[in-house]
Amino acid sequence: MMSFFTSLVNGLSLGSIYAIIALGYTMVYGIAKMLNFAHGDFIMVGCYIIFVFSSSLGLPSIVAILVAVVLCTLLGITTERIAYRPLRNAASPLAVLITAIGVSYFLENMALLIFGADTKSFTSVVPWSGIALFGGELQIQGITIVTIGISLLILAALQIFVHKTREGQAMLAVSQDRGAAMLMGIDVNKTITLTFAIGSALAAIAGALLASAYPSLTPYTGAMPGIKAFVAAVLGGIGSIPGAMIGGLTLGIIEILSRTYISSQLADAIVFGILVAVLIVRPTGILGKNIQEKV
Amino acid sequence: MKKPNLSKKSAGRFTTYAIVAAAWAVLEIMLHTGLMSSHMQGLLVPMAYYAIVAVGLNLCVGILGELSLGHAGFMCVGAFSGALFSLLTAGKLPDGLRFFLALVIGVLLSALAGFLIGIPVLRLNGDYLAIVTLAFGEIIKNIINALYLGIDSKGMHVSFESQAALNMEPEGQILINGAMGVTGTPHDSNFTIAIVLLLLSLVIVQNFIDSMDGRAVMSIRDNRIAAESIGIPVTKYKMLAFTVSAAIAGMAGVIFSHNIATLQSTSQYFGYNVSIMILVYVVLGGIGNIRGSVIAAAILYMLPELLRGLNKYRMLIYSIVLIAVMIFNWAPGAIEKRTRFFDRIRKGIRNGAA
Repeated sequence: MMSFFTSLVNGLSLGSIYAIIALGYTMVYGIAKMLNFAHGDFIMVGCYIIFVFSSSLGLPSIVAILVAVVLCTLLGITTERIAYRPLRNAASPLAVLITAIGVSYFLENMALLIFGADTKSFTSVVPWSGIALFGGELQIQGITIVTIGISLLILAALQIFVHKTREGQAMLAVSQDRGAAMLMGIDVNKTITLTFAIGSALAAIAGALLASAYPSLTPYTGAMPGIKAFVAAVLGGIGSIPGAMIGGLTLGIIEILSRTYISSQLADAIVFGILVAVLIVRPTGILGKNIQEKV
Repeated sequence: MKKPNLSKKSAGRFTTYAIVAAAWAVLEIMLHTGLMSSHMQGLLVPMAYYAIVAVGLNLCVGILGELSLGHAGFMCVGAFSGALFSLLTAGKLPDGLRFFLALVIGVLLSALAGFLIGIPVLRLNGDYLAIVTLAFGEIIKNIINALYLGIDSKGMHVSFESQAALNMEPEGQILINGAMGVTGTPHDSNFTIAIVLLLLSLVIVQNFIDSMDGRAVMSIRDNRIAAESIGIPVTKYKMLAFTVSAAIAGMAGVIFSHNIATLQSTSQYFGYNVSIMILVYVVLGGIGNIRGSVIAAAILYMLPELLRGLNKYRMLIYSIVLIAVMIFNWAPGAIEKRTRFFDRIRKGIRNGAA
């Protein structure tokens, strides 16, 4: 029974990381209407920055994380400006997706060139060893508690930001109707840039937590979690902030439980199977709104 | 009666065939006169099967207008079904017939996989379709990677746990040994066969594009609602194009499995990265341009061999070129600038002539 709870806690921890990544995905998808395939690679970039600043240069991890957040934000803004914005009104919706795949490829190979293909071992940014419950039968690691706490904090902050500030309201307006928002005097370019900035900053934080929980770092570290976080965003309802949280947690728990009780090799297949099932049964996800396509 | 003359379109088609045939002839001569390093020889068959998948994927991306990131999965289905058939019939059928039947089975099963996956997937479009095809590709790869399959006098044994869980008789034969994959597939494919199959897939795709079905598919790509309103059965044509595209990828898979000693369902061969690599070939060759796909696949696959020093930077360069090509070809701003630029040149020429 305790092993079940251990799995559940691990699932919550992984799910919280997915949720943070999915929050970035869902905001970018909801507002810029594009699938940023490179989002997962922003995580990897964040991990490497923290690795360089904390492990190699010996800075305190909190400083390293701040540096990573700032640099990832800049990376997100730059990418959007150079690669995505010119294609925003392209004739084919595939154009920007293929470009995003190109950006993902670029970041992975850049990291490969700079850091090499070998696995770097990442020192956890949370030195706390955690707590033991039920007379030591249930060990909860510090990173697990911190991860779950941070994800809840981010969720609350984003909800307040989107619903209470002018910038957040502008985001909602752009996500609902870009043309109308423009007519109301909202600077769409600025709003989309802000969205990318927030999404990329979240990716850096997710990177710090991901690499602390699973401390092996390669240029491909971010790719799979990125794709799974997209699955989580779809599961929760793309464009919905609480949906991303619910989707992320659900997906993390399902993944860890199937890894423990079914087969570690089939866990990924099960996670992707969920995506397929959701899109067939309820394409708008758990909390998504059903928008009719108009001719 | 009018004389049947070669239209511009089919003339272009024959140019493609001629290019492939000429490349084959040159490479065969190099192969037999010893002008080619042994490493280069090993790259010939992969070059051909990646060109085949690129042709198949271009049918999906360029003609159908839907981005599939799961074609490596269809390759995987073709590779494993073809290899299993060859293993089971090794020694019982003559080599040529066996490979032919393996090819037929691989193509049929990957077409079936494409059809079944197409049912849910083709209800979606754009980004969702891309991610779901990616998901299916990964599901196929992961399931085959975890699969143990054996045969003995009692029939087939299947397990997802371990080789021991198969409960086989001692004289039974292990067909798929989980992550260790399939070993001992006869080495039936060679460069000439691969080129013949490349030509076959080119003929199929080109004829499809020029047929009424192909025009229907392209009309769906250009405007689904308009196509639907003039009575084109959208689902049927999308399924048709997607299934043919998957079948062609499966054909490449059969060549793949009959060219490799140990066939494993790993990310290196069948992961979504492979699908993306093939997509790079398609995009750089020109979306919708079948000849471009073949040329891009051949050049981009061979290039690192010719430029050994650049090998480290190869993928980085590809990614930059990919982004640049997309922006240059698709960005409304870039298109406008380009049109204006060419207009000015044209005007300049006219003025100069006058």
